[in-house]
Amino acid sequence: MTRVAIIDSGGANIASLLYAFERLDTEAVLTTDADVIKTAERVLLPGVGAARDAMQRLQDADLVDVIRNLQQPVLGICLGMQLLCEASEEEDVECLGIVPGVARKLDVAEGFAVPNMGWCETTIKGHHELLDGVADGSWFYYLHSYALPVSKYTLATARHSAEFTAIIGRDNFVAAQFHPERSSTAGAALLTNFLGQPA
Amino acid sequence: MKGVQFRNHRVVGDILELAARYCEEGADELVFYDITASPDDRTVDRSWVSNVARVLDIPFCVAGGIKTLADAEDVLNKGADKISINSPALANPSLITELAERFGSQCVVIGIDSREEDEDWLVYQYTGDPDKTTAAQRRTLDWVTEVQARGAGEIVLNCMNQDGVRRGYDCEQLVAVREVSDVPLIASGGAGAMRHFLEVFIESDVDGALAASVFHSAEIPIPDLKRYLIENGTELRT
Repeated sequence: MTRVAIIDSGGANIASLLYAFERLDTEAVLTTDADVIKTAERVLLPGVGAARDAMQRLQDADLVDVIRNLQQPVLGICLGMQLLCEASEEEDVECLGIVPGVARKLDVAEGFAVPNMGWCETTIKGHHELLDGVADGSWFYYLHSYALPVSKYTLATARHSAEFTAIIGRDNFVAAQFHPERSSTAGAALLTNFLGQPA
Repeated sequence: MKGVQFRNHRVVGDILELAARYCEEGADELVFYDITASPDDRTVDRSWVSNVARVLDIPFCVAGGIKTLADAEDVLNKGADKISINSPALANPSLITELAERFGSQCVVIGIDSREEDEDWLVYQYTGDPDKTTAAQRRTLDWVTEVQARGAGEIVLNCMNQDGVRRGYDCEQLVAVREVSDVPLIASGGAGAMRHFLEVFIESDVDGALAASVFHSAEIPIPDLKRYLIENGTELRT
């Protein structure tokens, strides 16, 4: 059984995620194979680039229902978080609909550039195993132009021109808008928690 | 605060050691910069990108020698978070759009070498080699506007008048560029003392400040700098 399956949703920059698990001495494979994904202990849905391309890729690989029916802990990262939600305003793409919410474009405002690229102080709002030992106010690395508004499923928030959801969770699905694999020790703690979460 | 430049990527062992050291010391981002790549008409030796990606748990950007979508894809696939384009963007501005459409604006950084001349700021290209450095026949403020329209996700403005002289960042020019930048703006060129970093954050409202020599020489230890900036009211990752 595969320890961690990383769903290949296209786009570059999956290597840094593979290396993050290497640093945690955990086997991880990049795959679109439904059987590998279904049987993995943990599943990651990363994503870089455009929502439409990524959804198309999941559809082409017949993974939409596979992902919706996963029972093990699943972690969405960055665009992967938006894919888990209902839709993205980016080209009006319908997403997986696993977690309520629609990703909206960040507003350009005085002092707030878009994309939001950089380290943001992150406020914890809810309880989840993923956040065990992660201090409130930890800094994580963000790289995005779209974000989910705060909802009852929000576990942590960060601020741009407005407050947005940094971590969201529903049942066995959790997702982070930031990149834990590039967020130094705070990110490594979060990934370690994800690996240790009860299945 | 972000950034450290490397010039000699051939010394891979040293790069990994330095990268790990800066990472541990609290650098927020690293830029690996092969300054000779464009003038010599060659590309970066890319095996080191994977090695760097393995050890770093902070974001890093690769600059130099990326002229095509294939070059960019290679660097990103090896684990870089961003690519920075300078001279090739001037030679072929549509490359910016192609890169942004393919990989997303968030990983497309445009580096601009700019010099004050006749009470204006002008863009220079091929600045890695003094014999090949030429004016790009563009006003800096026009180019900053154009690269954003074409999909750039971040701008690194290297102020050539300040570069290497360590008298502080060119805050006046950075203020002018900030006014026309809706994307993150990173200051480069001129850091010589801790107060220069504070000045550029306060006066020019930049999103980051890049420096190389003061970190390489350990004249300014990164932990000391971050403590100084935080004590003086700058919001930074601790």
